Amino acid sequence: MTQSALTATPVVGAGKSVGPRDSKGYKAFTWFNGSFLVVLCGFMLYPFVTVLAQSFSSAGAVKAGLVNVVPIGFNVDTYKVVIANDLFWTSYRNTVVYTLVGTTIAMILTTLLAFVLARKNLRGRNFLIGIAVFTMFFNGGLIPNYVLIQTLGLKNTMWAVVLPGAISVFNLLVMKSFFENMAQELEEAAQIDGLGWWGIFRRIVLPLSKAVLATMILFYSVAIWNDWFAAFLYIDRQELFPVTLYLRNMIAGASSTASQGAAAAGSSKEAISANIQAVTMILTIIPILCIYPFVQRYFVSGIMLGSVKG
Amino acid sequence: MSAAHTTGDAPAAAVEAPSRGRVTVPLDDDAGSNPAPRPRRTWKHTLRRDWVLYAMALVPVLFLLVFRYGPMFGNIIAFRRFRPGGSILGDEWVGMRYVELFLNDPNFWNVFANTVILGGLTLLFCFPLPIVLALLLNEVRVRAFKRVVQSISYLPHFLSIVIVVGMVMQILSLQGTVNQIIEAFGGEAIPFLQRSEWFRTVYVGSEIWQTVGWGTILYLAALTTVDASLYEAARIDGANRWRQTWHVTLPGIRPTMITLLILNIGLFLNVGFEKVLLLYNPLTYATGDVVSTYLYRVGLVSNNFSYATAIGLFQAIIGLVMILSANFLSRRVVGASLW
Repeated sequence: MTQSALTATPVVGAGKSVGPRDSKGYKAFTWFNGSFLVVLCGFMLYPFVTVLAQSFSSAGAVKAGLVNVVPIGFNVDTYKVVIANDLFWTSYRNTVVYTLVGTTIAMILTTLLAFVLARKNLRGRNFLIGIAVFTMFFNGGLIPNYVLIQTLGLKNTMWAVVLPGAISVFNLLVMKSFFENMAQELEEAAQIDGLGWWGIFRRIVLPLSKAVLATMILFYSVAIWNDWFAAFLYIDRQELFPVTLYLRNMIAGASSTASQGAAAAGSSKEAISANIQAVTMILTIIPILCIYPFVQRYFVSGIMLGSVKG
Repeated sequence: MSAAHTTGDAPAAAVEAPSRGRVTVPLDDDAGSNPAPRPRRTWKHTLRRDWVLYAMALVPVLFLLVFRYGPMFGNIIAFRRFRPGGSILGDEWVGMRYVELFLNDPNFWNVFANTVILGGLTLLFCFPLPIVLALLLNEVRVRAFKRVVQSISYLPHFLSIVIVVGMVMQILSLQGTVNQIIEAFGGEAIPFLQRSEWFRTVYVGSEIWQTVGWGTILYLAALTTVDASLYEAARIDGANRWRQTWHVTLPGIRPTMITLLILNIGLFLNVGFEKVLLLYNPLTYATGDVVSTYLYRVGLVSNNFSYATAIGLFQAIIGLVMILSANFLSRRVVGASLW
């Protein structure tokens, strides 16, 4: 933005001026900067690449620590093994169900509240905003939350995973400021045409908010997709585990064998599980990677909206 | 129980909310020339007019009361003896017993120190690095390149902590990439995850990897709002690129920096509980164990609910105090604050 404004500036020195931006030092900096950012991207991507390479490599190569960037002994056997595993599929399906149900609930609650809080003339509005914002800075803590879930009888049900995160106050504030910035005249016109609040919400506000809705759906679904801790706390039955918890147990198991007897013969078992781990990780990341490029452009604007007012 | 209690309070509390001077339907705004003094709106009137809005807010507010405020009231078991299976608010008052217990617990002070160090290191690295990266990205003039770098650097933010820890473990394992490099240079492989002296490096390093790109978003947004004429003015005054950055760009994003700093300070003691829980093991407790993981073990592994609640309450109150004082200070000193 600033750059284009600078380059386009005709005011100073009309053409022949060699701005400080073109100095030798700055040119060198540009090159350094570019290469630095390329290296940085390499660092950012390396873990993905290496896990991907491992997932396609032979167990022996992984065990020997030969796999870095390129798969060695290319095969898809590990994928077949993981996909043939019933428990993996159950957890994967659980994750999909939790994400769909949880995102739906979260979106309904957050959108409704954000819409109400965006009515600047509403009586008691500041109080309602206050009780929401306060929870950003003070929370009940692990144990009282646990006791609450237990008391409500939500343990070992999907509701323990899906419900507690339903309103993220950050998301709420982003949406609220989006709704506030929406043209007031439109709503007034709708009101004159006899539309009630509910009608305005459904027929005017929601259709005009696709960008922010997409951002919020992304945020909520990624959060639920990635969550493991709620299930870890509240769910004991393996058939209800989300895939992240399944993966966590696999990793925890592998690392405990590794610390117990890295030198012992058990290391081949560990290498196989490293292979399987890699495949499970890849399969868990894939849905996120798939939607990521499409919603990316939305979330930047969504976040920027939120930054207007914390 | 606490849920039912708080729910009952909701309408009453709403009534006490400060009434705003001018309450009008948007329609009334246009009827500007109304000579008669506006009649005071009663709650009955307000409810009749806006009941749809209140009804829409009902379920979300109930949710907040049950799932956010319920646990806050549940903190009362820090002062009452709690027996699993007994009343969820505890069975009898024991006063400050549990507070004294942890204040005199050497383990507690050990994990407290770990928390402060780990939180401090995280703040030290994870707060300024996104600013630096945003400034560097801002100098990139090829838009496509800039966008690609951004997309790649956000990506780790969208991963589950489980996956991040899994990747960390693979890369740092004895046969992992880092040890391969060390061995290639003639060093000896280091079991990073089994050495407590490496825990902080591993934690902060992976934290940087996961958060640095995402952290740039707000700064990049703020950078686009810096007035271009300021740069021109600076250039006329003979400022080179570096001085422009120093005197125009940085002051331009200062409010964003301060807002984020306050938020980071408030979360100071909440150092990635889940990540530590996944990453540490008994061999690295010495540096890895933090307040939240300690209270997790005390509370849910050893079933000492009241004691753990007391620790959690202490931690939450420190967090609240820190964010309030950071906010107060920044309003006093630089005039920017969260609210």
